[in-house]
Amino acid sequence: MATSREFLDTDLLRLVTAGSVDDGKSTLIGRLLYDTKQILVDQLEHIEDASRRRGHDYVDLALLTDGLRAEREQGITIDVAYRSFVTPRRRFQLADAPGHVQYTRNMVTGASTADVAVVLVDARKGVIEQTRRHSYIVGMLALPHVVYAVNKMDLVDFSEERFDEIARELAELGSQLGIEDATVIPLSALKGDNVVDRTDSMPWYAGPTLLEHLETIELDGDRNVQDRRFPVQWVIRPMADDHHDYRGYAGRVAGGVWHAGDEVVVLPSGLRSRVAAIDSAEGPLDEAIPRESVTILLEDDVDVSRGDLLADPETAPTVAREVTARVSWMSERPLEERARLLVKHTTRTVPARVDEIVSVVDIHTLEDRPSPGKMELNDLGVVRFRLADPLVVDPYVRNRGTGAFILIDESSNETVGAGMVVAAQP
Amino acid sequence: MIASARDSARRNLSHLDELEAEAIHIMREVAAERERPVLLFSGGKDSIVMLRLAEKAFRPAKFPFPVLHVDTGHNFPEVIEYRDRRVRELGERLVVASVQESIDKGRVQEQTGPRASRNQLQTTTLLDALEEHGFDAAMGGARRDEERSRAKERIFSFRDDFGQWNPRAQRPELWDIYNARIRKGEQIRVFPISNWTELDVWQYVARENLELPKIYFAHDREVFRRDGMLYAVSEFVERYPDEEPFTASVRFRTVGDMSCTGGVVSEAASIDAVVTEIAATRVTERGETRADDRVSEAAMEDRKRVGYF
Repeated sequence: MATSREFLDTDLLRLVTAGSVDDGKSTLIGRLLYDTKQILVDQLEHIEDASRRRGHDYVDLALLTDGLRAEREQGITIDVAYRSFVTPRRRFQLADAPGHVQYTRNMVTGASTADVAVVLVDARKGVIEQTRRHSYIVGMLALPHVVYAVNKMDLVDFSEERFDEIARELAELGSQLGIEDATVIPLSALKGDNVVDRTDSMPWYAGPTLLEHLETIELDGDRNVQDRRFPVQWVIRPMADDHHDYRGYAGRVAGGVWHAGDEVVVLPSGLRSRVAAIDSAEGPLDEAIPRESVTILLEDDVDVSRGDLLADPETAPTVAREVTARVSWMSERPLEERARLLVKHTTRTVPARVDEIVSVVDIHTLEDRPSPGKMELNDLGVVRFRLADPLVVDPYVRNRGTGAFILIDESSNETVGAGMVVAAQP
Repeated sequence: MIASARDSARRNLSHLDELEAEAIHIMREVAAERERPVLLFSGGKDSIVMLRLAEKAFRPAKFPFPVLHVDTGHNFPEVIEYRDRRVRELGERLVVASVQESIDKGRVQEQTGPRASRNQLQTTTLLDALEEHGFDAAMGGARRDEERSRAKERIFSFRDDFGQWNPRAQRPELWDIYNARIRKGEQIRVFPISNWTELDVWQYVARENLELPKIYFAHDREVFRRDGMLYAVSEFVERYPDEEPFTASVRFRTVGDMSCTGGVVSEAASIDAVVTEIAATRVTERGETRADDRVSEAAMEDRKRVGYF
């Protein structure tokens, strides 16, 4: 039996799963949950019942992840679902993105927060258009790690030749898209081979099972610990007698390791100061590392408010009035040149105008089609924006935190796109 | 730029630190982007964690929002006692919205009989309170692991004029950049601990040394058995003639209304003992102890569509 302490000192790995309709993604997730003993008695009874009602003679593990009534009725997954599981080695947060062509935006959404993508490949079909599309998105969102789960190996007689063939196609695709850390694992979600447990069906495979691999991926190198970045989210001013002069800048570290005494430039203003202290509800901290939510106090009484970025003056980001970015368009209404939108980047929101839609990706060839004039729902492309007020940005590949933004339609308040900075000009 | 030896010592957060940092970030975004936020508080362990996270997000200043409790009038007395004491210790402002008042005003009708529950009535009381005070963002301690439809809900969840959730028209939520913009009359429900599990919550309670209402720990109580669950004997729940009360050592995993919250047989009298029991548990929290989810397979989804938290 696991005890409470065994689960205490783990880290959190966020993964996204992507696959086409029918390649068994829900079954794979169900299998991961089932074989890691995350499925509890009442959940299991529930899906056993539901399987029986549908006339299955097996327990349909896919039912575990089909959450909404509309999905159960239509037998499809319509939206990103988030779920958790834990092993003694790691805590996992899983975003399950549906595989339909029209739901590219869900894949982008799920991938945006992930450290690892698990892309399903049907062993019978090999690399198909959806595989290329999902890989392209994984590369575009700069996920540090990709796992290709070659599923349904039972339907190709667990053939090593077939697996090698697919692995070669994937290696080619990976080098084309600049995916650095890709691992290919043969498995059968339905039968349970190589998901959590090793079985004797593929003796030729010497690599890790999917779970073993996910448990051992190194995350330490993925955070940007070089360039200090701190978007100011909220100014803490107690206005009470015992904290009369307290003025703390609350936010989440977007890069670098912070210490008292560090030189600071406030952007976009360019004012300079030094970190007086790093504070928390428990008192001062020695340091702050990426992704920590802390409060920074400065030595000087400079003008700082929400939307400002504190940074290392030596490696300062660009204060940009013009930004070229990869964009995933997520609205039914096409994006057109000269369109006005709001850009929310870190804690700062500014009006922007589309200067030029530079190119859109042809998803069949993965080549850029220049000057398309507009972007339709689920299009991926490159767009140049002019900003009404400056944003303080890094290239997305350098820092996911300060290189990413969302696009908001001011009339509907909807989030209509996601952007990743490629280049920025003052 | 050269990373010093000290810099490379610790580069990744533990899972609790990561979840905590995420929740603090979300609370600060709500405070910064909405005019009138409110923190919902039920007295349950999840909302007790939320209070702690709010301290971490805003101290040494006061919370930039009040705390709202929807009181069904059928709460465990231990929970109300805890609520009042905790809010006093924190020095924060408490707003209580009462289901009894909604009944007295004729806004809702009390159910009758042994299956009567005020759980569904809470929805109207909550929506009325949000409107009366003009709250435009209500933060709650709901988690995605509680129930299947919650797994699909965004951290920022938008409700129309009628408090309704439309699962098909959710905004994509990218990175940790949250779009909190709404039109007048619309509201947001925000779930900062969406990504936490029951086990995470208990581990955090243990790590932060948070006090919980006593009903979370094993204690002897007069109970009766219904639908395989143990209910506390109270003036609020009518029993069928064959539902004989007896005394058992129980603890509660959630602290909803007494009319729909069941206890589990347990000897776990300390946080450590509870965490160990949860880590080894074989039944989900809601499946075990909340009668309101048992009504239909899509129970939660239906209630949420009409504005239940």
